[in-house]
Amino acid sequence: MAARVIVIGAGPAGVRAAQALAGAGLRPTVIDEGRRDGGQIYRRQPEGFSRTYDALYGTEAARAASVHATFDALRSRIDYLPETLVWNISPGMVHLVSGTRYHALKFDALIVCSGATDRLMPVKGWQHAGTYTLGGAQVALKSQGCAVGARTVMMGTGPLLYLVAAQYVKAGAQVCAVLDTSTALQRLRALPALLSIPASLWKGLALMRVLRRAKVPIHRGVRPVEIKGTPQGGVTGVAVKLQDGAMFERACDAVALGYHLRPETQLADLAGCEFHFDEASQQWLPHTDEDGRSSVKGVYLAGDGARVRGADAAERSGRLAALAAMRDAGMAVEGIDTLRAELQRFTRFAAGLRTAFPWPAGLAASVPDDTLVCRCEAITAGELRRVVREAGAREANRAKAFSRVGMGRCQGRYCGHAGAEIIAAAACVPLSAVGRLRGQAPVKPLPMALVEDTCK
Amino acid sequence: MTAREADVIVIGGGIMGATTAFFLSRRGRSVLLLERGQTGQQASGVNFGGIRRQGRALSQLAMANRALATWRHAAEWLGEDIEFLPSGHTRVCYHPHDAAYFETYAKEARAFDLELEVLQGEAVFRRFPFLGREVLAASISPLDGHANPRLAAPAFGRAAARMGAQVLENVEIVRVEKEGGGFRVESADGVVYRAAQLVICAGAWADRLSAQFGEPVPLAARGPQMAVTEPVPYVFRSSMGVYTSIKEESVYFRQIPRGNIVLGGGPAGPADADTQRASVLPLNTVRQLAQFRRLVPALAPLHVIRVWSGVESYLPDSEPVIGPSSKQPGLFYAFGFSGSGFQIGPGVGETLAELVDTGSTSIPLEAFSISRFAAQPAVPSECGTS
Repeated sequence: MAARVIVIGAGPAGVRAAQALAGAGLRPTVIDEGRRDGGQIYRRQPEGFSRTYDALYGTEAARAASVHATFDALRSRIDYLPETLVWNISPGMVHLVSGTRYHALKFDALIVCSGATDRLMPVKGWQHAGTYTLGGAQVALKSQGCAVGARTVMMGTGPLLYLVAAQYVKAGAQVCAVLDTSTALQRLRALPALLSIPASLWKGLALMRVLRRAKVPIHRGVRPVEIKGTPQGGVTGVAVKLQDGAMFERACDAVALGYHLRPETQLADLAGCEFHFDEASQQWLPHTDEDGRSSVKGVYLAGDGARVRGADAAERSGRLAALAAMRDAGMAVEGIDTLRAELQRFTRFAAGLRTAFPWPAGLAASVPDDTLVCRCEAITAGELRRVVREAGAREANRAKAFSRVGMGRCQGRYCGHAGAEIIAAAACVPLSAVGRLRGQAPVKPLPMALVEDTCK
Repeated sequence: MTAREADVIVIGGGIMGATTAFFLSRRGRSVLLLERGQTGQQASGVNFGGIRRQGRALSQLAMANRALATWRHAAEWLGEDIEFLPSGHTRVCYHPHDAAYFETYAKEARAFDLELEVLQGEAVFRRFPFLGREVLAASISPLDGHANPRLAAPAFGRAAARMGAQVLENVEIVRVEKEGGGFRVESADGVVYRAAQLVICAGAWADRLSAQFGEPVPLAARGPQMAVTEPVPYVFRSSMGVYTSIKEESVYFRQIPRGNIVLGGGPAGPADADTQRASVLPLNTVRQLAQFRRLVPALAPLHVIRVWSGVESYLPDSEPVIGPSSKQPGLFYAFGFSGSGFQIGPGVGETLAELVDTGSTSIPLEAFSISRFAAQPAVPSECGTS
């Protein structure tokens, strides 16, 4: 196989894919947006920072060290393009920007390990400065050793809610409250599925102990009401309705929000992969077979960018996709059955997490009219509902064309899910009938200073 | 099988069909507007949004003037804002022969009530200090401007519906034929619609309908290469484009008051009428950006946040087909606007409605007759700049 193989992403999935390819004597090209490898979860600190693996990654220190060491050892056997964004994909070719330099690379096989970002739900006031995602709050800590605020409230649901809160506490930052939209009952129901990976469950419980010891108020079953603040001064507090109906307010200068994760699927979309509506997670996902083959020949999807199952699963699905690509190219490969079997446990565990921390779909439908849905373009829920009711837009792209929701620089990555819920509720149609926003290049904003690279 | 009837059937819910239905409804005619997808979804919805008369063939100017009157009244007539902004349109050029042509065109256009101001040399930079110093001349049309293509055709469609027109979306017409004194059209789902008169405004899909009446045309589908920047302070009032015979140079931009700058131009991209897909070629975007830095160097620090395309229809001479069929009385066409249909759309709709309703119009249509393609297949090569 003299084939040209490209791996997008140098997180756990991308690193293990590259390792499998290099191990078979291929020389893959690894393209990564980050300045250093590791992805988001195993993000490496900048040169000159000297925190230990334990301090940075806690219970995941050994895994992080293993992924980093693997990548370091691979460097001479791969072509590595850091700080390079794949901004578009055309048949058999990825289009790159590095700084202001444009060039394109041909591929025979492409393994997309694009990772995940926080799934977000609009709440009144979430446009105020000082509102971050949970992932963003974690990046600030991991990368720069910074907290997003002096007094931070963590709100939303999902494992990251407790993980980031505990990491902030350990780092000495003040966490004013953890406000979870999911309930203790939902967690109890998820227990059987969560026991498919007991170690992860214990790690989760350990996080709770950290928060309890630090006396961080934790409320479950909350309904977010408002992030208070001003355009000039930013966030000043958070208000939620507690499970018993009482209002709860807490002063703070930063909020970290997130409702579990959503795969970053724009690259799969630009590559022409087919999507299907996943009832379990209530979102559109690119179709893959068990090993990561997409509907497009030669394009493979792995890690949380295909399906959110966590970093340990990402390592395996990255390797599995690489093996699948090599098998498709006629190479003899081993270990596929083992990886498939291991991944089944993570799939069960991920289903348990969805039960324990469900996406609060109903919240979107009841977001007040004056709440911004699309922060990039400053479009309110009321305006989105208006184009549904008055202009007859009952489909995501039609509503985008009329209202601009999803038309801004994030291209719907942050507002798309909630926007679709609002459209569905206003049009009285099922969420799947609203469809999904069509992916359009560039994946992230492209500099107008872009220059064609003529030295190939 | 259900049958539906009206005085007039309009096939195609783009800006041509939607405005035709709008003006027919105003004349009290019953209308069935049949759209294969959603109104204004293809060329009418994805184009640049230029409300530009200057640069059009002189034969189009009477209708373009008529269209401008509608754009000016749009908010009032439609009851909603389609973001028409008559902030001016400016053509600039890099080559001496093009600068000389600006003067010629301005003189000729004056006879058609299009007043243009031509600036040469330093005067260009006194008016537009942000322009790159390769620019030689500018031709300013102060009454032109731009509007939002995503909103316009659907708004005309809704306004027509409020006046009684039946606007049916997701109805793809596959068969058209003469039946008795009128027309019978049939959808892909087997639904039959009938009317005494028929208007075909089906864009890139029009040729497969006109061919059923013995009037095939060499229609080609292409995709405009559009992009938009992040919002920045509103400074570029006039919509601007480069006039040139070199395709790569022919870029254009407009800024909307909320700040985003809409970019387009250069070579067209691939489009497929069958799949209804059109794409922006990455290299086209990259080369387009280089041309924008040449035109307005200060754009260099901005970012493009999105690109898009859609299916447009082109004819070999880059002029549209507008007017009656040369074979069937009661049959009318408007398609093949070759990348320049948005501004003129409401003028075409009003003229067709007049023609359908009264049998005649004062607007000359000879130049746009479908009969010019009766025996001359050709390969198109140019494209326009809506």
